[in-house]
Amino acid sequence: MLLLPALIGLAFLLVPLIGLLAKAPWSTLPAKLHSADVWQALRLSLVCATSATALCLVLGVPLAWLLARGGLPGRSLIRAFVTVPLVLPPVVGGVALLLVLGRRGLVGQYLDSWFGISLPFTTAGVIVAEAFVAMPFLVISVEGALRAADPRYEEAAATLGAGRWTTFRRVTLPSIAPGIVAGTVLCWARALGEFGATITFAGNFPGRTTTMPLAVYLALETDPDVAVVLSLVLLLVSVVVLASLRERWISGLQ
Amino acid sequence: MTLYADLQVTRGSFALSVDLTVEPGEVVALLGPNGAGKTTALRAIAGLLALDGGRIALDTSVWDEPPRIFRTPDRRPIGVVFQDYLLFNHLSCLENVAFGLRARGVEKQTARAEAARWLETVGLSEYARTRPRALSGGQAQRVALARALATDPELLLLDEPLAALDASTTLHVRAELGQHLRRFEGRTLLVTHDPLDAMVLADRLVIIENGQVVQEGKPTEVAHRPRTNYVAQLVGLNLYRGTAAGTTVTLADNATITLAEPATGPVHVAFPPTAVSLYTTAPSGSPRNTWPAVVTGIEQHAHTVRVRLNASPTGPADLLADITPAAVADLHLTPGQTLQTTLKATEVHTYPV
Repeated sequence: MLLLPALIGLAFLLVPLIGLLAKAPWSTLPAKLHSADVWQALRLSLVCATSATALCLVLGVPLAWLLARGGLPGRSLIRAFVTVPLVLPPVVGGVALLLVLGRRGLVGQYLDSWFGISLPFTTAGVIVAEAFVAMPFLVISVEGALRAADPRYEEAAATLGAGRWTTFRRVTLPSIAPGIVAGTVLCWARALGEFGATITFAGNFPGRTTTMPLAVYLALETDPDVAVVLSLVLLLVSVVVLASLRERWISGLQ
Repeated sequence: MTLYADLQVTRGSFALSVDLTVEPGEVVALLGPNGAGKTTALRAIAGLLALDGGRIALDTSVWDEPPRIFRTPDRRPIGVVFQDYLLFNHLSCLENVAFGLRARGVEKQTARAEAARWLETVGLSEYARTRPRALSGGQAQRVALARALATDPELLLLDEPLAALDASTTLHVRAELGQHLRRFEGRTLLVTHDPLDAMVLADRLVIIENGQVVQEGKPTEVAHRPRTNYVAQLVGLNLYRGTAAGTTVTLADNATITLAEPATGPVHVAFPPTAVSLYTTAPSGSPRNTWPAVVTGIEQHAHTVRVRLNASPTGPADLLADITPAAVADLHLTPGQTLQTTLKATEVHTYPV
């Protein structure tokens, strides 16, 4: 009774990918790949997704630590806030970012008048939008790893003379490394595929804010074959990154 | 430089109130049943738990004195061997031992050389590059000891250091641990529920029950003169409290025990279970303590059988006797059976309450 829906489910996940491969314009593929737009969009996507992931790591790991170990009052409420971007439609996230960080936004007006920084419709804006959407994946993954790690190892480190920072760096971080790697991969993949918040907050300026997903969507209107090519490239990049990380980290740590 | 610890910790309905001192070179065992507060005491001294009252000080340097002073564990000169060792599995044995030195700012090469020396001391040089999870229980314990001692602590804390080992290795590891502790010039506080560990390893025992010290003294003194039922049970003696007048002690339930040597006033009465003999009929002859008793339990020990009896109203209500398996067969021993018990007065010790 379970086998049939299971097979249908599998087909449902696989058939679109097979369709993508079947519909690919293999004969004209090299020519279309060589168009500058593809590389520009891909480069921008990789740079933005990686920068957003780095930003998420710098801010998200300490946030996860605070949630797991900080002993904060109202911790479950804070955790709920952290996960809001997970369920929030990305477009809504983009609108919210625009309202706060826009040139007349709550924070944006000061960024503009004091530092001359304006985030919307810039590459930095893309990174901010992607980080906003992707950070919960990292925080939740790292927090889970922290909660599963035995805090008595940190106590042992403290009795050996290690302060909080040394303990975190030399005992906590290595013990949660698999969780951090898994969270980073999820975070990066989410950032790479980000569309709604990016187009709302950063707009669509080729070379500056047109990432691959935006390029795919736009190409679909003008030249569907290019959309297929772009999609294939995106698919290939995701698979390669996931596979190499698996090889290097996830299997090595088990 | 003596370690003084006046530990006051309250956790819900449980209150720990323990006074301890440990001299340099001395090994003090904190012995007590589960839930007595031993681990709480150790955690408080290590700084993993803040005191609610009292004071911990090493000579003039105060570690904890609520509400003003609290030094975190990393700022106390301590080494701790945890019950399950808590070796860092992502580091090699050498790096584990070097960890404390590195954390205290020793330069990497120096720390590693010192750690290698410690691994050699505990006989594990060839395991320097091994990950802790590949070690046996006894080896892991030695690495944990080396890691704790490598920083040259003023105070070494051991939390049930032999509890995680299987019985076959305990004997050997205990003897080795004893050698290392004798060589250590700092203070050692050992927390254990095993009287044998405490007797073998410690110079002085502090026995706690329900968060309070109930007895303190040298192992031989504690072994011969238990003061509570728990301690008597630990050292395997029958223990009663009563009032002596001449050679007769009257217990609380009016049972009497006859002594060989006269005593007066409130006393503890102690005798080994081997001093009690069992007969099916009352023996003729000289023993002055003869009580009819009902068998309430039979336990097989290594080479003897321990029989639990109720000798009231003439004798103690809870009496232990050790007899040989052959005697069990001769007596056709079964629970509920009534026997005659005798106790040799010469094996009974009394000491003031």
